[in-house]
Amino acid sequence: MNTEAARLALPTEEMKRTSDVQELQAIAKQIRREIVEMITHAKSGHPGGSLSAVEILVTLFFDVMRHDPRNPKWPDRDRFILSKGHAAPVLYSVFAECGYTPKDQLNSLRKLGSIYQGHPDARFIPALEASTGSLGEGLSIGIGMALAAKLDQRSARTYVLLGDGEIQEGQIWEAAMFGGNRRVDNLIAIVDYNRIQLDGFVDDIMPLEPLTEKWRAFNWHVIELDGHSIPALQAAFAEAAATQGKPTAIMAHTIKGQGVSFMENNPKFHGVAPTQEEMQKALAELA
Amino acid sequence: METKAKFELKLGMATREAFGKALVEAGRANRNIMALDADLSKSTYTHLFAKEFPDRFVECGIAEANMMAIAAGLASSGKIPFAASFSCFALNKGFEQLRVAVAYPKVNVKVVGTHSGISIGEDGPSQMSIEDLGLACSLPGFTVLSPADEIATRVLVHAAVAHIGPVFIRTGRPKAPVVHCPDQHFEIGGSVQLIDGVDLTIIATGLLVAEAIRAQEMLESESISVRVVDMYSIKPLDRAAIQRAARETGAIVVAEEHLVSTGLGVRVAQAVAETHPCPMEFVGIQDTYAESGTPDELMAKYGLRARDVAAAAKRVLARK
Repeated sequence: MNTEAARLALPTEEMKRTSDVQELQAIAKQIRREIVEMITHAKSGHPGGSLSAVEILVTLFFDVMRHDPRNPKWPDRDRFILSKGHAAPVLYSVFAECGYTPKDQLNSLRKLGSIYQGHPDARFIPALEASTGSLGEGLSIGIGMALAAKLDQRSARTYVLLGDGEIQEGQIWEAAMFGGNRRVDNLIAIVDYNRIQLDGFVDDIMPLEPLTEKWRAFNWHVIELDGHSIPALQAAFAEAAATQGKPTAIMAHTIKGQGVSFMENNPKFHGVAPTQEEMQKALAELA
Repeated sequence: METKAKFELKLGMATREAFGKALVEAGRANRNIMALDADLSKSTYTHLFAKEFPDRFVECGIAEANMMAIAAGLASSGKIPFAASFSCFALNKGFEQLRVAVAYPKVNVKVVGTHSGISIGEDGPSQMSIEDLGLACSLPGFTVLSPADEIATRVLVHAAVAHIGPVFIRTGRPKAPVVHCPDQHFEIGGSVQLIDGVDLTIIATGLLVAEAIRAQEMLESESISVRVVDMYSIKPLDRAAIQRAARETGAIVVAEEHLVSTGLGVRVAQAVAETHPCPMEFVGIQDTYAESGTPDELMAKYGLRARDVAAAAKRVLARK
């Protein structure tokens, strides 16, 4: 499907939104199933870091963010940037559930001609705010969008999801310095702190601690929470919205591979696709 | 044929200064235009824009990677950001961001590199941008412009505003000889034939356009008839003008203040090879970094003077 066809396939009815935790949890479970299926069909991809971010994206897209799948370029929309672009499957599944993109093509992930490219590619999906995949750039792009919203006196917020391994990139700290110094308070960074990166555990490769202190030192408002707790995420995004004069950084403690027992906390599933048997086992757990 | 009187080559302002002034003009006409800088605004002349439009100026501090990606975010929200720095820092330190955040999604960011080439002089090779044209041209979808004087710079800044898509404009530090008429037309993908001739064509860009004109005068005194073309649009390239030069004069010298291995010369050579092959010679920086010195000393030592262009012209004529 080309981008024009994708645009024409946009929904005509308003998407379903809810603040009900159980309803959001049900959506999260379905997203997890789709992530496992997509990556299994693709035979490659990054399940662990997609599964760890599910509640964060579900809470944002189905409850917190102002956006309209019928009008992806609505100027007053809140923006979401998946800076950890390798977690594309979780965003694709959420996009499809919102109605931005066709659900029946999710399993074309990573295949030639698919709009569901290996990493998010704005050429194929107009609703994507940025093309990502090279780590470290999303927070800076988000600053640009947040500055533009302020200049245009729009109340739009920009949310950027960062990987924990990703913030080893120096550009993140250039952006952190800028965001804090310039009081970009319509910007919210979320660190998916799942403690695993490609080569192993973050603590073994390049530890980040003390992490909240680092962001505070850059003049950010910092919130630490359980990144799988939807009520905690709802409260944190409300707190971020009420915080003036500082951007907010949310340290979301998560479990890599959350929801699939044999993927949880298992570095192998950072970047390896499940087999057919593993998929069946995972789907049984997510029933 | 143009009259010689036109080419007394009076010194004009530096192309970086012409950029700064043109950006202010453009900013008055279009409130979406913004400027970003990384602690060099007094050198890049974006301080003029910052003074008049403080709300639309973003001082990023010494963080070029962050600056380029912020520019991408601004452009994605409808702004027309001009991100400026020394050319070497803009292209080298910001390259990854220009690739992934700007070129790949084809975002409407304008990058202006000042202090290009070796004519910055005393600061030396760490600040000398001799790779920038090659780097910028290697980014798919980028438009790459290299104005020779204040007249070309002004028009091309406005052309960059009108063009939707990423643009790199290469400017220099020293005052630049004025080689164009005030009413000269410039457009993306164009070139200007300054002097017509039949024996060979010198295709030059940036400060080397003035050197090419001086070389033409030297060669004319030896009864060699030289066409001189200012190839200010490095990408897209004016292939029609190149093909005409190859067909009508049968020999081409390309002259630039850039590495010969990755600059204008190789791009012209590709166009010549694909249209009308003819002997070519290349004037530029060889496979080396330069050093500290006065701009004049450096241009002489590294073979970027009119006499070097004229010598290349004689070599190419001998191969015709």
